[in-house]
Amino acid sequence: MFQSIPLEYYLLLSGTLFCIGAVGVLTRRNAILMFMCIELMLNAVNLTLVAFSSYLGDTAGQIFVFFTMTVAAAEAAVGLAIILALFRNKQTVYVDEVNLMRW
Amino acid sequence: MSLATGAFFVFAAGAVATAILLITRKSAIPAALCLITHFFCLSGLYLTLQAQLLAALQVLVYAGAIMVLVVFVIMLLNLGDEVKSVKHSQVRSVVVIVFVGVMGLQLLAFLLGQQSNHTALPPNAELVGSVGELGRVLYTDYLFPFEAVSLLLLSAVVGSLTLAKRKLEN
Repeated sequence: MFQSIPLEYYLLLSGTLFCIGAVGVLTRRNAILMFMCIELMLNAVNLTLVAFSSYLGDTAGQIFVFFTMTVAAAEAAVGLAIILALFRNKQTVYVDEVNLMRW
Repeated sequence: MSLATGAFFVFAAGAVATAILLITRKSAIPAALCLITHFFCLSGLYLTLQAQLLAALQVLVYAGAIMVLVVFVIMLLNLGDEVKSVKHSQVRSVVVIVFVGVMGLQLLAFLLGQQSNHTALPPNAELVGSVGELGRVLYTDYLFPFEAVSLLLLSAVVGSLTLAKRKLEN
């Protein structure tokens, strides 16, 4: 099937989204906002996988994305439960205030 | 083909704009709304790549389940706006410069690299994104990961319940 957009455009877009997500993770203090930026990075990688799968005509890329989405859903549940438990104990979600185990 | 090209640029611009909005919001609920819009833009991008099942799953799983969970937690915790510390703003400028450098390298590779030439597609390539083909491959070639991921989901449910429940007082 003929694609009118070259593959490189999708890869550039996905790399840009990944970098934006990485900046977000490294510059936020709030754990929930950091988690949302991690989801941004995961989705950028999903976009790369789907683009390659579509351009090479191989289903494996999309199956990989299927499993990545499942893992992301599981990670969301467990991560948010951890944030809730943290908030219950320390009354904060700012990650730089949780430094009890620092040397 | 102009509709497909236009759709790509609209969704790509929307995805980048909502991503930048997400990382610059101070409070959590506007950030969550930006991320939901970002997921819809990504779903549109999957549709331009003819990945129909994944476009639907993106909306269902990410925007419809994960973000609902995140919004619940944000409402439950009821936090105020994020306040930045002084050391934080120094770290932030370094990080932004490093990643702008990485994006510049990427843009350079994009501009100087060669166009990918169309190799011959395998047979049935036009079926790749459809529900039937994905389902067939999932239940035949990738059956073991499919069963393994159900075990992963079970452990995630048990783990999140254990972490989030209150301790009984007596």
